[in-house]
Amino acid sequence: MELRSNAPSGPIETAWDRHRFDMKLVNPANKRKFEVLVVGTGLAGASASATMAELGYKVKAFCYQDSPRRAHSIAAQGGINAAKNYQGDGDSAYRLFYDTVKGGDFRSRERNVYRLAQVSVNIIDQAVAQGVPFARDYGGLLDNRSFGGAQVSRTFYARGQTGQQLLLGAYQALQRQIQSGNVEMHTRSEMMDLIVVDGRARGIIVRNMVTGELETYMADAVVLASGGYGNVFYLSTNAMGCNVMAAWRAHRRGAAFANPCYTQIHPTCIPVSGEHQSKLTLMSESLRNDGRVWVPKNAADCSKDPSQIPESDRDYYLERKYPAFGNLVPRDIASRSAKEACDDGRGVGPEVGGQRLGVFLDFKDAINRLGEDAISARYGNLFEMYERITDDSPYKTPMRIYPAIHYTMGGLWVDYNLQSNIPGLFVIGEANFSDHGANRLGASALMQGLADGYFVLPSTIGNYFGSEGADIKRVDVSPDSDAAKEARNAVDQRIAKLMSIKGERSPDSFHRELGKICWDNCGMARNKEGLTGAIEQIQNLRNEFWQNVRILGDRDTLNQSLEKAGRVADFLEFGELMVRDALNREESCGGHFREEHQTTEGEARRNDEDFAYVAAWEFKGVDQAPELHKEELDFEYVKLTQRSYK
Amino acid sequence: MNQIMKTTVKNMKITLHVWRQKNPKAAGSFSTYVVEDVSPDSSFLEMLDQLNETLIEKGEEPVTFDHDCREGICGSCGMVVNGVPHGPKARTTTCQLHMREYSDGAELWIEPWRATAFPVLKDLLVDRSAFDRIISAGGYVSVNTGSPRDANETPVQKSDADLAFDAATCIGCGACVAACPNASAMLFTSAKITHLGLLPQGQVERKERALGMVNQMESEGFGGCTNHGECEAACPKGIRMDFIARMNRDFISASLS
Repeated sequence: MELRSNAPSGPIETAWDRHRFDMKLVNPANKRKFEVLVVGTGLAGASASATMAELGYKVKAFCYQDSPRRAHSIAAQGGINAAKNYQGDGDSAYRLFYDTVKGGDFRSRERNVYRLAQVSVNIIDQAVAQGVPFARDYGGLLDNRSFGGAQVSRTFYARGQTGQQLLLGAYQALQRQIQSGNVEMHTRSEMMDLIVVDGRARGIIVRNMVTGELETYMADAVVLASGGYGNVFYLSTNAMGCNVMAAWRAHRRGAAFANPCYTQIHPTCIPVSGEHQSKLTLMSESLRNDGRVWVPKNAADCSKDPSQIPESDRDYYLERKYPAFGNLVPRDIASRSAKEACDDGRGVGPEVGGQRLGVFLDFKDAINRLGEDAISARYGNLFEMYERITDDSPYKTPMRIYPAIHYTMGGLWVDYNLQSNIPGLFVIGEANFSDHGANRLGASALMQGLADGYFVLPSTIGNYFGSEGADIKRVDVSPDSDAAKEARNAVDQRIAKLMSIKGERSPDSFHRELGKICWDNCGMARNKEGLTGAIEQIQNLRNEFWQNVRILGDRDTLNQSLEKAGRVADFLEFGELMVRDALNREESCGGHFREEHQTTEGEARRNDEDFAYVAAWEFKGVDQAPELHKEELDFEYVKLTQRSYK
Repeated sequence: MNQIMKTTVKNMKITLHVWRQKNPKAAGSFSTYVVEDVSPDSSFLEMLDQLNETLIEKGEEPVTFDHDCREGICGSCGMVVNGVPHGPKARTTTCQLHMREYSDGAELWIEPWRATAFPVLKDLLVDRSAFDRIISAGGYVSVNTGSPRDANETPVQKSDADLAFDAATCIGCGACVAACPNASAMLFTSAKITHLGLLPQGQVERKERALGMVNQMESEGFGGCTNHGECEAACPKGIRMDFIARMNRDFISASLS
């Protein structure tokens, strides 16, 4: 397998412009001859589908939800970064690029990141033109805030619902193209396999989730915008339906999976309250601007009402350990410190599984200093959401928070054109690996999804058609071709197999167990022994799944158990790859913390000499070890340094 | 009461009468189930998960319902609980409703949204694609991706921007339709018309938008508004009824011009 980044050389500031000029164009009359399938209609998929349709391509889009408006991009709260420098505080594309490479702990491709920073400004213009109601100041201009520890105010926001408003903007653009007939939308449709003909991605097999029928769609290119894999941990802030199936099926057909061990754990989520828990809810990290994080100094105090614990018995551990950044240290550090406190037996809240997993986030000082009204104006909606879930009022008693899986930086490997190693298979948004390195900065996920969908993919896919169109069109593909029939049969047999097992355990019970294995061994802190053991545990669980899962109902109807079982089956294969990647990466960087690789003070220790590469894995079979391929990373512009927040 | 003190709160026993319907054509009926050992801290949907796990154990097909983000923002979930869309707690989606709202021994009737324009596909899950078609009929600004003018070139008065945002927070769940005795979709439709109508970017197509969306709404089989106000009471996002007045004004002025 050859991994060529295809990134243009020369000065980074002009790389994208020069590349755009060098790319082949498709003339307007020919665009309608090219068909594209887009899987997933969140920010990346909806914006890409709408834009390609506007350009004149024929698009078919697919989502598992009942409407494209429901994709999980909608849940993003905080905001979207853009290097507009409207506040005149020294921001620039170069600074956003620099911050993103550094924040990613030097494990991303510089040229991709620069382009991301560059097009970020166009996203804001586009969204405002669509009518996205961003927050404004009294002069009527757009408001910005500083977010996630950034030293400039470059985050645009729409109260705590920025993802919702941006997604609705993209969704409305998509609905407009559906109306015009340029996009054919397939809701409640799940991609079950990728069809590769003559080495190119040419189609997909889809299960119609209402009728249960398998449908075959052929085209000239396939775009995956199917999101991340955080639900491999069972409990995460992802939506219940988020899954890795589309990406995993493409991986099984030859697409390399890059850096699966880079997972982001968000420090401020509402803790698990009991065994019934089905998902976790994020509280915006803006709360750390005014809240103080603490746990009792003495384990004996952990069951006490916090108001009964005097100041002298409280450990404000972030302020103690990181005096310069205090409660505003980056996500990975805040998360790991919370885990350390709880592992030390000083967690708070109800015991779940024999341990108290929570730390306090206390607003008492901020309320005393600024008044309840000021705090309510800043965080009112978050406090309300917290109270709805926990029945506690953060005005009266400290919030309890704990880290949870939130975002996955790894994904299918793509080159500068966002094309995977399978020609004709493009991957955008959270589903690819490209821009965030080992750790994503706050308010950068919305930026990347929309940059890929509105501005990058629609150009680069044109280059693919423009330069290879004749070769693509030479191969006639139909749903009756051998490759399509083979894929369809494989899916058909897999579903038949799942239905025939008639075992004892529900799909959910397997998912829960897999999640626990991954969280315990491949979560906030990882070590060789735990990871090695996890591989075996996952393999055993996978074997049991295929002998003992119970799916009721029929395959040719709406069947949510069958949907769930198919997704869990793929997580059971993917989970092993994630653990293997974490085992291979003998260093700590970003969201990946190996206990063997830390400084004497307990901070992450990177190993640039041996691990400044993208780990791209090639599928070799379900019970075979995958093959590692490396894309070496060069840092010409941002000097490799150790991150320090002391 | 503080969470830490609550660990001794007893789990509950809940009796459910759940609407079961095999497919759009089949006749549906209520089935009765008892769910034991429900934690007051679990969400309403987690209580249904618990029911489904026991149904699977017993070899009965689990209850089908739409749900996804479970954070009250995607708009997927929604069921009528004891006659009220999304249950008893104001401004709360079903996924954010918690079992502590009920007492031990409670008896609940759970039904799907009921409206001609929202056919039941299975059990509690309905087809809301009519909402997407209403948006397709004009709920957008016609601007292609490219090089629009700089975002700060057109200032927008803060009060307009804030009100536009309030209207734009609609999650498209359909509770307004389920609550309305006429199964009207006017709250949903007016929210989008209000959002775009308040912004300078939305002015050019304002009249066509009102005509297109209102006509589509009617052709989908939704009823008209007779000022009951049930929609606003049921809306988990607090979308206001006076948006309907704004929609009517736009529609009438577009019809007369």
